[in-house]
Amino acid sequence: MIRYISKPHPITGVTNSKLGVWCFLASEVMLFGGLFSAFLMLRIGADSWPHGWELLNVPLATMNTLFLITSSVTMVMAWASLALKDIKKYRLYMAATILLGIGFLIVKGFEYAHKFEGHHFPSTNNFYAIYFTLTGLHGLHVLGGVLVNTYFLFPGSGLWKKDPDQFMGRVEAAGLYWHFVDLVWIFLFPVLYLL
Amino acid sequence: MSDLSPEAVKHHVKVYVRVFVALAILTMITVTVSYLHLTIAAAVLVALLIATLKSSLVAGFFMHLISEKKIIFAILALAFLLFLTVLLIPVLSHP
Repeated sequence: MIRYISKPHPITGVTNSKLGVWCFLASEVMLFGGLFSAFLMLRIGADSWPHGWELLNVPLATMNTLFLITSSVTMVMAWASLALKDIKKYRLYMAATILLGIGFLIVKGFEYAHKFEGHHFPSTNNFYAIYFTLTGLHGLHVLGGVLVNTYFLFPGSGLWKKDPDQFMGRVEAAGLYWHFVDLVWIFLFPVLYLL
Repeated sequence: MSDLSPEAVKHHVKVYVRVFVALAILTMITVTVSYLHLTIAAAVLVALLIATLKSSLVAGFFMHLISEKKIIFAILALAFLLFLTVLLIPVLSHP
């Protein structure tokens, strides 16, 4: 059994679950960092590199950016609702977060479908290779977040009655992950679409 | 965030809404600037500056980093240092 999951550890000052999530996010920084490094390597080494806005759909990606930043605020509002002991509002905000995440994936699906229709694949050139790798990996992270958040909206929320502190800790941890996914997109969007 | 009193949480909710508005405005600014088709150096500078500002807002307020414990910063500092290292590899290795 993992100790200090509801109350902070006396030495670190944070719960072990929060410490664990931050360690996981640090490893995620390195995962995406390695790919950003690969992007830089390809970009600097290329004789010519297309502008993202010439090949990709900027309005759709802008809409997706707004979806993700809105979902970040609904996620933190879901957590704040639990702090205010309002489980109904929590459910509302969590459902909104999930729907916005699904909305992001649907828009991304349209973007991908449009690219495939135009016969643009990861094998087409280095730009599309890194575009599909970065956005595909990010999309998988969004999907993972949607699944975890759905668990905490439905079966996982039973913990609220048994141990509210632990449930709040879980939602906070899921929130940290979700905000990180938003944070990655904040850099992916200008780097791939706007430059 | 250590203070979870209703007053403190309600104050934080107001901050979250303000941060959200700031993020939406910054998104619109970065998209608008991209339509100006600046030189590549200027475009990269503006885009990364705005992205850094937006990510700082998300990390600082939504992830509560402004009031987080030292150990979390220690983990992140190490990750950030290694992140910068992998970013510098292509830059420094380019002839």
